[in-house]
Amino acid sequence: MTATTPTDPPATGRERQGEILLEARGISKRFGEVLANDTVSLTLRAGEIHALLGENGAGKSTLVKILYGALEPNGGTLHWQGREVTIASPAEARQLGIGMVFQHFSLFEALTVAENIALALPKGTGMRELSARIREVSRDYGLTLDPEAIVADLPVGIRQRIEIVRCLLQEPRLIIMDEPTSVLTPQEADQLFLTLERLTSEGCAILYISHRLEEVKRICHHATVMRHGKVIAECDPAQETAASLARMMVGSAVHDLDRGPRPEAGAVRLELRGLSAPADGPFSVAIDNVDLKVRGGEIVAIAGIAGNGQGELFNLLSGERLSAPDAVQIDGQSAGRSSITARRRAGAAFVPEERLGHGAVPGLRLSENIVLTRHSTGDGLVRGGFVDRDRAGQLEQRLKNNFDVRMSHDDAEARALSGGNLQKFVIGRELDRRPGVLVVNQPTWGVDAGAAALIRQELIDLSRQGSAVLVISQDLDEIFEIADRIAVISRGRMSDAEPAEAMTRERIGLLMGGMDEGQGGATHAA
Amino acid sequence: MRLELEKRAEHSTAMALLSPVIALALTLVSGAILFAALGENPAEALYVFFIEPLTASWSLQELVVKATPLILIGVGLAVCYLSNTWNIGGEGQFTAGALAGSVLPILFPDFQTPFTLPLMLLMGIAGGMAWAAIPAFLKVRFGTNEILTSLMLVYIALLLLDWLVRGPWRDPDGYNFPESRIFSDAASLPALADGRMHVGAIFALIAVAALAVVLMKSLKGFEIRVLGQAPRAGRFAGFSQNKMVWFAFLLSGGLAGLAGISEVSGSINQLTPVISPGYGFTAIIVAFLGRLNPIGILFSGLLLALSYLGGEAAQVALGISDKTTRVFQGMLLFYVLACDTLILYRIRLGGPAATGKGA
Ligand SMILES: Nc1ncnc2c1ncn2[C@@H]1O[C@H](COP(=O)(O)OP(=O)(O)OP(=O)(O)O)[C@@H](O)[C@H]1O
Ligand SMILES: [Mg+2]
Repeated sequence: MTATTPTDPPATGRERQGEILLEARGISKRFGEVLANDTVSLTLRAGEIHALLGENGAGKSTLVKILYGALEPNGGTLHWQGREVTIASPAEARQLGIGMVFQHFSLFEALTVAENIALALPKGTGMRELSARIREVSRDYGLTLDPEAIVADLPVGIRQRIEIVRCLLQEPRLIIMDEPTSVLTPQEADQLFLTLERLTSEGCAILYISHRLEEVKRICHHATVMRHGKVIAECDPAQETAASLARMMVGSAVHDLDRGPRPEAGAVRLELRGLSAPADGPFSVAIDNVDLKVRGGEIVAIAGIAGNGQGELFNLLSGERLSAPDAVQIDGQSAGRSSITARRRAGAAFVPEERLGHGAVPGLRLSENIVLTRHSTGDGLVRGGFVDRDRAGQLEQRLKNNFDVRMSHDDAEARALSGGNLQKFVIGRELDRRPGVLVVNQPTWGVDAGAAALIRQELIDLSRQGSAVLVISQDLDEIFEIADRIAVISRGRMSDAEPAEAMTRERIGLLMGGMDEGQGGATHAA
Repeated sequence: MRLELEKRAEHSTAMALLSPVIALALTLVSGAILFAALGENPAEALYVFFIEPLTASWSLQELVVKATPLILIGVGLAVCYLSNTWNIGGEGQFTAGALAGSVLPILFPDFQTPFTLPLMLLMGIAGGMAWAAIPAFLKVRFGTNEILTSLMLVYIALLLLDWLVRGPWRDPDGYNFPESRIFSDAASLPALADGRMHVGAIFALIAVAALAVVLMKSLKGFEIRVLGQAPRAGRFAGFSQNKMVWFAFLLSGGLAGLAGISEVSGSINQLTPVISPGYGFTAIIVAFLGRLNPIGILFSGLLLALSYLGGEAAQVALGISDKTTRVFQGMLLFYVLACDTLILYRIRLGGPAATGKGA
């Protein structure tokens, strides 16, 4: 690791060759009192995958939005192939040859995949021709997509594919990816890496934001590390360890998880009995006869590839969709026909995958977003039908401190938080209740290493205090780190939850592909 | 140099308040140009239109009379629009309320007790609710577009009124004029002061105060906003979209019905083929101009009432068609909606200089 001033050339690692495509010099951006970017300089070269690292709220998304013309900087200059340029809008960025895949997707849910892509392309491309090109590109790069599908029906992983394909269709010279793999399965991520390798071999430059340091080490040629809006280091990630990268980002070492002793099996607190539900849309997955018991004191994780029924299962668990009365049991009480509010009153809490628009209302302040899920759970937020704002404000302060939620000014609107900070908030909001049953979908999507460790530790602590925790995740590392038992969901069917020690990645991989079906229930033998 | 819209990180409270003011200013400027094109002195015409009606006691009372239905309907519509329910049929619910409330004084003219008036008001409210229940039911049950159904029901209500006053409800002693009999005193809303102003104005104030409290402080108000802004998050919060559709339609329909029967029994005192100069439609403008906020609607209701008076005054004094009222109202709505863009976006002067500044 070598600390540099913005003008220094990178000092260590492989020789950086390749033509300089884009150079940012002294970029600054202020949001209210927060200096989100403080004289940041960055050089992107053809044929190079350049990692941009930093903890939540370090200013990564802000910087790349400026490079893409989506935000205007307060100062600094941009140079494209040596020429000073102004990138005043994403359209101009695309004209230069810059493409971007956003952290929070910018798709219209009511439109089809092809229509969404058409919106970003110059006018005059025929829809049929476009569909054909989408199929071609997505096949070429192994990112299968159905151009006719309606976006609203697609899970997050597939939505991201749309963004990537949309970007590829414009044949960009530089692709910016803001946390592309945080929602992908390992297999999908591997596929993406092949795509990236192919793109760099074709002379493309890639700016890559990720909190997954192992993958950064594996695929990136160069890394710039930001903290509190400043560039504090540049390095060659291949020469670093994940721990040293994390230390650079956070400024101190990231603690290992403390799982404590495995407690004695407690009472069953969450149970699914033959839970079934038909698909509720053309692209949704039917849930087929799912059985599961989660006991107090343990964490059960459900692994699976995106779009195999995780979202549907979550909705059935939370009560956003109802099922047969006995199919869902909370602390021994039938809850299948109870509303989400009744389930919360019974001591359950839920964290959905999509934080903006599902877990939180973008245009409401954080304190109001606390009322969103806790208005009827005996937190004193509502008295006689009236919302107690002071109480909501107190809770907001408490969450902010306990879960290290950072924002540019007090009680900001949810949409103004960085992705990771909002995630800390939506999880913290439920953990703060100390629920007896917690169901969480993708707990650490887009959260930096330090905060991910914090969230995982909180999940473990909650379970060790006697709660039942069910985690739906696509991140196998995470699952192995925290789960006591692991089940795998594939096409709406779920394997039995087996002790984590007895599970291997290979076996999970097979189950993810639905490989157990042919073995006549062999999975049940473990 | 060119103009560009840049998304704001958070919505701008200042702009939310400024937008109607800017819109009003733009409307006045456009109005001045319009008057000039008509060959009038713009300053004088604007004076006649907007200031003169405020200079006499009778016209101030008239202002309140006209603002009453606008405000009553407007606050109900605000609840609809905040919850993302598009009730466009305030005019129909107003008419249905007037009809239902008039059943007693027209069909049972001898029923004159202290209960007559309260009963009439309740029936008016029920009539408006019933009319609003139709689009609510169709939407919840069949997913019908409520904009279309509520709008079409306006015309049905208006034709029903027309048929009733020309047919079964025509005053037997009325020389064949298409009018109902005149309401007895027991069936007329008491006047306030000694002019045309009637108790309906108090209903409007109560509605404003009650809804202001509900929207700003209560869980119900929170539910309304959440379901309006993010339906999925609303479901996650345990709020029901369908129940909200019912709530919004019944509330706004009830208030429009109350406005209808108040207007008829407080101001017209009988049914005639036309009982409203489009209050139900103008109330849509009132709601948006008032920021979908009850207090704001109090003011915007008065302002749009003024546009009615101004139109009449301009017709009398300047001989301009009173259709100018509609033109002004239309321009106002147009400008408010346009200026509202500034709440979430800021205008940026794009150009080569923009990023050229030093670091
Ligand atoms: N639109 C905005 N308005 C106000 N403040 C903002 C806005 N966008 C970002 N910020 C603030 O700027 C800082 C940097 O945010 P940014 O989104 O760039 O972080 P990030 O590095 O991408 O974090 P993450 O890893 O969590 O996505 C944060 O403090 C954030 O609260
Ligand atoms: Mg980010």
